[in-house]
Amino acid sequence: MIQALFDGILVGSILSLGAIGLTLVMHILKFANFSHAELLSIGAYCALTFDTVLAAIAPPMATLFSPFSMSAALALAMLASAAFTGGTAIIVDQLVFRRLRNKAGALTMVFASFGVALIIRNVIGLIFGLNTQRYSDEISFATMVSADPLLLIKPDQVAILVMALMAMVALHLLLTRTTLGFALRAVAENPTLAQVNGIPLESVVRLTWIIGGGLAAIAGVLYGIDNQLSPVMGRDLVLSLFAAAIVGGLGSVSGAMFGGFIVGLASSFAILLLPAGYKPAIPFLVILVTLYIRPNGLFGETR
Amino acid sequence: MIGIISYLTFFLTITAVLAIAVLGLNLQWGNTGIFNGGVVAFFGTGAYVMVILAGPERAGEFGGFGLAWPLAMIGGALGAGILAFIVGLATTRLRHDYLAIATFGIAVAVEVFARNATFWTGGAKGIRGFERPLEAFISNPFVYGLFYLTIVLAVILLVYLALERLVRSPFGRLLRAIREDETAARSLGKYPARVRLQAFVLGAIIMGLAGGLYATFYAFISPQDLAPILTFQIWAMLIVGGAGNNRGAIAGTFVVWGCWVASGWALSSFAPADVQIYAGTLQYILIGLLIVGMLLAKPRGLLPEKLAVSTHSFEPVTPAKATQAS
Repeated sequence: MIQALFDGILVGSILSLGAIGLTLVMHILKFANFSHAELLSIGAYCALTFDTVLAAIAPPMATLFSPFSMSAALALAMLASAAFTGGTAIIVDQLVFRRLRNKAGALTMVFASFGVALIIRNVIGLIFGLNTQRYSDEISFATMVSADPLLLIKPDQVAILVMALMAMVALHLLLTRTTLGFALRAVAENPTLAQVNGIPLESVVRLTWIIGGGLAAIAGVLYGIDNQLSPVMGRDLVLSLFAAAIVGGLGSVSGAMFGGFIVGLASSFAILLLPAGYKPAIPFLVILVTLYIRPNGLFGETR
Repeated sequence: MIGIISYLTFFLTITAVLAIAVLGLNLQWGNTGIFNGGVVAFFGTGAYVMVILAGPERAGEFGGFGLAWPLAMIGGALGAGILAFIVGLATTRLRHDYLAIATFGIAVAVEVFARNATFWTGGAKGIRGFERPLEAFISNPFVYGLFYLTIVLAVILLVYLALERLVRSPFGRLLRAIREDETAARSLGKYPARVRLQAFVLGAIIMGLAGGLYATFYAFISPQDLAPILTFQIWAMLIVGGAGNNRGAIAGTFVVWGCWVASGWALSSFAPADVQIYAGTLQYILIGLLIVGMLLAKPRGLLPEKLAVSTHSFEPVTPAKATQAS
């Protein structure tokens, strides 16, 4: 029971990070981006590459902070990967979504996002191989923090939770304390009025992708530390991310945060009741229940 | 020679079965503008329900009702329709991309159910030993292949004619009106949510029909047949062919399925062994590029939808005007 609670919160924190970016994109660019989860994969694999390179250039950086299976190299790699993934998101937008935005409807963009997801996922598989990988092989031997037999927590998992919460606080400060954040929220609220007030729409769109991509990259790395890296991790996570965004209410950052935790908890408690094989379908049930009971989500506005 | 004809029969049967599913998607996406992210869910439901209704008795598992094949086919199609009704009821009133997400979800849920609910679906091993209609009377597999192709072609012809009629009927006009401008349709006293739900369910029924034909052809169904790539392939077929045009939908199926089979053959016979394991990966990238590329370069497809101009229009509309209206 307690174990399910902790696992749910841990997975939930990772889902929250991914869902925040997704909900922002869905709100500002007005389309359901099915390739968002692939940004998590890009982030995770990009950090793997940076981590390997850094460890080769400066071997001392690769020493693990005991009892964690993380190193300074991985921490740096995660930040670099966040920037790189944000940049990739902008490039994809320029190549595909921006062109469709001007001449086609939102659903055409949804269509295209499936195609983009298919391309990204398989190109990653082509580059990094189809097998799963890990940042560090030591992870499986990590000691348990809690001796209570009912609750098994690895040090890494505490670190993941702390990092995820730090990223959320940082985003909160960015949105509520900076001019950039004001601009972004203004565009989300009313794009036309925001433009009248001299907010350049295109740069806010770019900012959205940087934030969304950056958070997705961090989520991807944390997911990779907790589980493992796989080219199809985006495919496995995409439904959970959408469930989190819908439960929270599209466009609501705090909603996506809560939504992430709710979906995480629902999935971890569900396997107490159902055979583990049914776990991938839980986010769908969460979506269906939300749409029937409260279609605008917990924090969403009425449409 | 028999070999070639026999392979052609096989290829044509699969293509025609897929084309029926593409026709169903065309009703949803092409004519009504409903996004279905889980084609495979309705295709798969049709297949499973059909096999369970008409299929072999399985020890300790559900099924083996011994229903006549045509009745089982109808049952499968209805099963797909009921599934669409449940999902559609929750989503057709909401923002349109909710339906995209919900249908994507139902595809995952159906696949998970098929894989795990062994009592109902046979689990990961699927359901084998399906006796195809009149198989006992036509013992020659070659002749049977031709016979089954005829059945599939008859079904596709029926579906095509029915859809052509539907599209030209007042209901078809209403579908396009809702696709183009929901608010305007509502202002004319129509109920877009209800009509969208009808079109969604009808499209799903057609996909279920295709699923039933597919499972009959292979005399076998398993969760392997519910892979998400099928949804993407069916989309690619519709986009390449031309959404909104039934003939385009069929032509697109031939082109895309032909490319898929040809690329698979080329990779398996010419690619070096260490590339072979990436054959599927490369083919998936191909489908992704096809979808994105077509949407960017030729969004109306190879055979674009013919724009209808009302005969009741007061002014004669010049062709130039008609094309602008797109």
